[in-house]
Amino acid sequence: MLIKPTTDIRSSEITPKDVYLNRRNFLAGLGLSTVAAAGLGMKELLLPSAKALATDKIAGIQKSQFSTTEKITPINDVSHYNNYYEFSTEKEEPAKMAKDFRTRPWSITIDGAVPKKQKWDIDAIMKFAAPEERIYRHRCVEGWSIVVPWVGFSLSELIKRAESLGKAKFVQFTSILDMTQMPGQRQRILDWPYTEGLRMDEAMHPLTLLCFGMYGESLPNQDGAPIRLVVPWKYGFKSAKAIVKISFTDHQPSTTWNEANPHDFGFYSNVNPNVDRYHSQAHERRLGEFRPRPTLMFNGYDQVAGLYSGMDLAKNY
Amino acid sequence: MIRVLKIVVFLVCLVPLGLLAWRFFGVHPTDMSTWGAALGANPVEALEHKTGDWTLRFLLITLAITPLRKLLHVPALIKFRRMFGLFAFFYGCLHFTMYLGVDKFFNAHEIFADIFKRKYITVGFLAFVLLIPLAVTSTTGWIRRLGGKRWQALHRLIYFSAIAGVIHYLWLVKADIREPLEYGAILAVLLAYRAVVWLRPSPAMRSGAITRVREKVAVE
Repeated sequence: MLIKPTTDIRSSEITPKDVYLNRRNFLAGLGLSTVAAAGLGMKELLLPSAKALATDKIAGIQKSQFSTTEKITPINDVSHYNNYYEFSTEKEEPAKMAKDFRTRPWSITIDGAVPKKQKWDIDAIMKFAAPEERIYRHRCVEGWSIVVPWVGFSLSELIKRAESLGKAKFVQFTSILDMTQMPGQRQRILDWPYTEGLRMDEAMHPLTLLCFGMYGESLPNQDGAPIRLVVPWKYGFKSAKAIVKISFTDHQPSTTWNEANPHDFGFYSNVNPNVDRYHSQAHERRLGEFRPRPTLMFNGYDQVAGLYSGMDLAKNY
Repeated sequence: MIRVLKIVVFLVCLVPLGLLAWRFFGVHPTDMSTWGAALGANPVEALEHKTGDWTLRFLLITLAITPLRKLLHVPALIKFRRMFGLFAFFYGCLHFTMYLGVDKFFNAHEIFADIFKRKYITVGFLAFVLLIPLAVTSTTGWIRRLGGKRWQALHRLIYFSAIAGVIHYLWLVKADIREPLEYGAILAVLLAYRAVVWLRPSPAMRSGAITRVREKVAVE
């Protein structure tokens, strides 16, 4: 019996993946994004790996009691004014340079004080809990602020599943190291990869968000896709982007900005109008507003004050 | 000829301001809500940084005049030095005004705290203050009143203003010091040129030395 090969497609006839993926940018560039979107369902069936490479709507987002009712900053500002030194130190650049950043396949390694080291796939992590929209104030240490509708769930949902051991007192977050995709990492401006850290009780606080979306869609690459941290009562640099590793430690972990300049950037870096190291922090300029507004203690998130009772915040800044 | 060229150079020096204003007021200057949009998400910061950049650039251009006219043998360049210096002061005023009025909203308490507590503001303020006597005494009348030597000595303050300006930039960036170092490198070259000129004995000094030697010989 003669068995005929079922496929006659030569490998040279298959569209290379990068060409295929660029096609979508090309269509979007022509203002035909709706056409591209219409074809998306079909494409996903054919090539599941294409999923979530550009921003996609996130289904089943729930409202959150933690959301502010303040005016939301336009998405164009939030996605075109980014401190993301892995790409560039110019704020307008990451939007252009992160366009082709690959966010799939992606996994997060869980290690340190845990029963066993694990590697979780991003798509599995995103199903740990129902996605919530959290409209948070976000305050940069440089003196500007924005209001962003993030999408994600409390980081505690992930920590619970990691079953961290009793000796775990701190959590360290490590961002991706990939200088082929992130040209900023070829400059030793900071000690790459970017690391951040929280005390365990800070990490377990319900406000601390494991975030994979904003404005109802998956995160744009320049805003930390595919998964990042959002800690709304701390300066923005504490909210690490593009996380690939979460480590549980018994000691205070090293954090990138603190290593770079310990005098200006402390481990805690809580928003505090009374402690001004790098800048005067008494006021901030909300993007889109002309007049500076007073900065609030803990960025207005008073519910975290208990975490620091008895601590001298002028020393533990 | 020089007169026409001076007008051209004057207008060229205003181009950075024109471009900033053009981008700030945008295509709909009557619609206040569109102001600043073309300067990105934080137009105040953009205006503050760009006016600061141009202050430093004009300081360096001013300092480049003397080496260039000597090295290129174009003594006429001196006729433009005052203009460049005054433009450095002009952009410095804009930069300082942006900081006082727009960034800090004339919040005197915060401004004083900044100037005394934060070293990068202190040194930036110093860079600006040093330029004031130079701008005031930039006229021909003042050169006459002070006398060439004293006037020149006073105007060496520009070296300290430029050094303070570069340090201001270096200290204010969070981590990326590449650009301030570029300004610093250019400034170092411009100041090194002067150091070399001063250290090399001038013909007048050499002849003076020779005369003294001759006198010594004569006495013997």
